[in-house]
Amino acid sequence: MSKFRRKKGKGLPRINTASLPDIVFMLLFFFMVTTTMRETEVQVRVTVPEATEVKKLEKKSLVSYIYIGRPVAHVARMYGTEPLIQLNDKLVSEEGIPYESIQDFVLFEREKLPESDKNRMTMSLRVDEKIPMGKVDDVKLALRRAKALIINYSARKEYREQGRTR
Amino acid sequence: MARETPEVNGGSLADIAFLLLIFFLVTTTMDIDTGITRLLPPEPEEEDKIEVKVNKRNVLVVLLNRSDLLMVGGEVMDRLALKAKTLEFFTNPSNNENLPEMEETEVQFPPGSSSLLPPDGIWRGKVSKGVISLQNDRSTTYGKYLQVQNELVAAVNELRNNFSKLYFDKEYAELNTANPIEEDIYDGIRKIYKMNISESEPKNIGGLN
Repeated sequence: MSKFRRKKGKGLPRINTASLPDIVFMLLFFFMVTTTMRETEVQVRVTVPEATEVKKLEKKSLVSYIYIGRPVAHVARMYGTEPLIQLNDKLVSEEGIPYESIQDFVLFEREKLPESDKNRMTMSLRVDEKIPMGKVDDVKLALRRAKALIINYSARKEYREQGRTR
Repeated sequence: MARETPEVNGGSLADIAFLLLIFFLVTTTMDIDTGITRLLPPEPEEEDKIEVKVNKRNVLVVLLNRSDLLMVGGEVMDRLALKAKTLEFFTNPSNNENLPEMEETEVQFPPGSSSLLPPDGIWRGKVSKGVISLQNDRSTTYGKYLQVQNELVAAVNELRNNFSKLYFDKEYAELNTANPIEEDIYDGIRKIYKMNISESEPKNIGGLN
């Protein structure tokens, strides 16, 4: 018998995986808690412009969204390709300046907020960068009439080199 | 004695948890909304539609026509030159007669908040009466419009930031408005450098197609 007997079972010892489910569950719960499901399906195509002076929108519960853009393919079959306005989750079909739709929308959204926050309601305008301003001006006019005066032009953060000249 | 229940095989537990985990990983959107916040003017009542007389030197007209050309105070200009022009307009460094009037103003800051202020915390200095009038055509693209808005906001933010750094040794954007002292500072700076950007009613400015 050799003096140097080979150890039993070559290779690495097996890692104990008993705690793996615990780790995975922990991750799972983290994502479950942080996930917010998008309840609105955006039916218009929006690429927001870039800007350097952007700030984060603080309280999401105060924010309602207005999307303006050209409709996505399956919507375009019904409505044509002209730019459309979408208020949170529904498209506006009103002709001309959408005073009534926006009035109703603002009242509805304001009703959902607690009394103390009613005058802090913010309208986030998510507008495609290629849309003519006419549509946006209509919405702004309607928002003024509906007394929803705090608006936020949605934009991506643009990083500009310091002192760049062109 | 009751018979021992056989142990449930927990080997597949990890797999199930993984599956769920991956589902949530994929569906999670961690988008942070960013943007430029502006205040719309309230709709004027019928009876108070008075023409507010503003001295001509106090207004800088920024025009965007339908082919996205920018005109500032009567001259065609590149977007990147707009910020410098706005800074000059709001500060009037050379006391030019064609640039806005400066008005002697007192602004109260929290006493003792800055060594450059008198002990009572009152800042005395000149505040511009300038107003920027931003006008666009119905066919101006939104992207261009927002770029111009951005430059105007950037100019005012720079003035505020310079003041904040000089007097309070802190970036304007980092002032914490939840703290009452810093909130007073924040409000004070906003009184000195006002975001006077008026957006007129939409009209057709025209321009080449």
